[in-house]
Amino acid sequence: MSQTSTAAKPAKRLGIKERYAMMTRGLGWETTYQSMDDVFPFDQFEGIKIHDWDKWEDPFRLTMDAYWKFQGEKEKKLYAIIDAFQQNQGQFNISDPRYLNTLKLFLTGVSPLEYAAHRGYAMAGRAFRGVGARVASQMQAIDELRHCQTQFHTISHFNKYFDGLHDPQWMHDRVWYLSVPKSYFEDAMTAGPFEFVTAISFSFEYVLTNLLFMPFMSGAAFNGDMATVTFGFSAQSDESRHMTLGLEVVKFMLEQDPGNVPIIQKWIDKWFWRGHRLLTLVAMMMDYMLPKRVMSWAEAWDIYFEQNGGALFQDLARYGIRMPKYHEIATAEKQHLSHIAWATFCNYGHAADFNTWVPQPDELDWLSQKYPDTFDKIYRPRFEWMAAYEKEHGKMWRNDTLPMLCQVCQVPCMFTEASDPTRISLRETSYHGMKYHCCSDGCMDIFNDEPEKYVQAWLPVHQIYQGNCFPEGTDPTVPGFNPLAAVLDYYHLKPGADSGDFNTSPDRRNWERWTGQDLTPPTDEVKAA
Amino acid sequence: MPTIALKPGYAGPQQDTEDKFHGNRLLYICWDEHLLFCSPVALPLPPAMPFGALLTQVLAGVYGSHPDFAKLDWAQAQWTHGGEPFKPDPEKSLADNGLVHKSVIRFRTPGLRGIEGSCS
Repeated sequence: MSQTSTAAKPAKRLGIKERYAMMTRGLGWETTYQSMDDVFPFDQFEGIKIHDWDKWEDPFRLTMDAYWKFQGEKEKKLYAIIDAFQQNQGQFNISDPRYLNTLKLFLTGVSPLEYAAHRGYAMAGRAFRGVGARVASQMQAIDELRHCQTQFHTISHFNKYFDGLHDPQWMHDRVWYLSVPKSYFEDAMTAGPFEFVTAISFSFEYVLTNLLFMPFMSGAAFNGDMATVTFGFSAQSDESRHMTLGLEVVKFMLEQDPGNVPIIQKWIDKWFWRGHRLLTLVAMMMDYMLPKRVMSWAEAWDIYFEQNGGALFQDLARYGIRMPKYHEIATAEKQHLSHIAWATFCNYGHAADFNTWVPQPDELDWLSQKYPDTFDKIYRPRFEWMAAYEKEHGKMWRNDTLPMLCQVCQVPCMFTEASDPTRISLRETSYHGMKYHCCSDGCMDIFNDEPEKYVQAWLPVHQIYQGNCFPEGTDPTVPGFNPLAAVLDYYHLKPGADSGDFNTSPDRRNWERWTGQDLTPPTDEVKAA
Repeated sequence: MPTIALKPGYAGPQQDTEDKFHGNRLLYICWDEHLLFCSPVALPLPPAMPFGALLTQVLAGVYGSHPDFAKLDWAQAQWTHGGEPFKPDPEKSLADNGLVHKSVIRFRTPGLRGIEGSCS
C-alpha cells in the first residue's frame, strides 16, 4: 500500500528553456545599494560600448548543475584510462623516448597557461555586468582549471620514470624560453576584460587553437602516448565550446556599437601576431620533436590558418573586420619558423628544460621534402655541421652567450626578414631616452601602441645579467663563479639530465636499459656500406 | 598611443635601465650571415672597455667556435650601429665610439658567408 499525499500538487517541472533562464540570467540583478558602475568598475574603460547585455546569445545552454554531471562523467573515464595506462606500463609504448620532450614542453609551456586562463576567466567573469557573459566566463574558468589539473595528473605518471617533469609551474615562472608563453598570458590578463576575451577566446581559442591542440594530441596518438590522447579527448568537448564562445564574444561586441569595430580590429591584429610568435614553439615541436610526424608546420598553417582562418575573416568582413595585420608575413614565415626555432634550441638546449638533439639524416630528408624551397638551401648545412661537430666532440655544439630578446614576444631575435631569409630582422625605437628592440614590425607596432606596458617586461636575459636569477644567497663575486650553473640551479634543472643533449641523457640510457632497444641513430656510413 | 588604463596618465617603471647592470651597459651584437648563432648576442660590458678589446677578448669567446672565425680579419669588417654605417675606433672606448645602453651593432665580414656559404 502506498501513501498518497493530499497536499498541493508539486510544481510543474520546468522546461529546459525556463530552467536555463532561471539558472543563468535569473541569477543576476540590478544593484540598488551601490550603482552598477561602482559594482562593475572594469567594463567601460577600454572604450567598448555595450548597450544591451541581453543581446548576448549563449552558445551552449549549459547550466552549472548539468556542467558538474557532464564533466564528472568525463573525468571518471579519463582517470580510469590513466589507471590502465599506468598498470600496463604505457610509457614504454611510445615511439621513441625523444617524444618525451614534447611532453616536457607541453607540461611546462602549455599546462600552466591553462591555469593562467582559469585566473583570467575568473577575473573577466567578475568584471562583466552582463549575466550571460559572466556565466560563460565562469564555466570556462572551471574548464581551464580542470584541464590544468588533468594534464598535471596525466603527465605526472611520466615523472616517475623520466627527467624534466618534476616542477613545471616553478619552471614556467623562471626558465628563459617559458617567458614567451607566460608573458603572452600575463599581457592578456593585465588588459581589460574585453581585450582579455578577444585575446584568449577569439584570437587564441578560435583562430589559433587548432594549431596548438591538433599537433600535440595527434602527435601523441601517432607516437603511442594514449594517456595524453585521452586528456586531449576529454578537453576537446570543452574546447569546441570555447571556440563557439570566442566567435560569439566578438560578434556580440561588434554588433553592439560601430565604435567597437576599430578597437576590436586592433586587438585582433595584436593577438594574432602574439599568438603567431607563441606558436613558434608548436611549429618546432611538429617538425623536429615528434619522432613520428603528423604533418609539417607549413601544411598545418595552410589548413588551419590560411584556409579556415581565411574563411572566418571573410565571414567577419560584414562587420568591417579584415584579416589580421601582417598575416602575409606570418604565412611567409611558415617556410622558416620551425627550422629557426629548433636551431635556436640547439644553441641553448644546455639551459632548456628538455633534451635536444640534431635531426637524424632521414629526418633531414623529410624536412627537405616538406620544405623544398628553403630547407636544403638555408638550414640543412647548419644541422649537418652541428651533427659533424657532435660526432667529433661527443657532445652538441652550444652557444655560450645569451641572446638578444624581443621586448614584446620575448623570443630571441632569431627571425629573419620576409624579404631576405639570411638576414636577422630587428626593429628599434626609443622611449623616454632608452632604446627598445623588437623582432618584427608586428611586435614593434604592439610596443609602440602601449610602451608603458612593455617597458616593464621581465626579460630573462636582462634579469640574469642584473643578477636576479640565481638561488637566494648566491655570491656571484666569488672566484670561479659559474653563472650558468647558478641559473640552472635557480630553474631547478639538473644539467645534463633535465637539460642538455638527448644522446648523453639519463632518459636515453634508461630507456635502452629498460626496453633493451638500441637507440644509436642510423649513420651515413651505414647508408654508404 | 598610450596604454588605455583605468587611471589616466598611467606609466610603469622602465625595467632595464643602465643603473641595474652593475656598472655595465648592454650591447647587442650581430654577426650578419652567420646564423649558426641564432640571434644577436646580448652582453653587459663596461663602457670604458676599448672597442679593440671587445673584438679580441670578448668576441673571440663568443664567436670562436664558428669555422669562419679563424679566417676573420677585423680590419675588413663592415659595421652598422642602429642601422647606420659605423666606423669604430679600436683604440677608443665603447662609450667614446658612441655606443649607449642597448645599442645594436651589426657586422658583415666580406668573403665569409657562413657554413658552405649558406649564411649559417
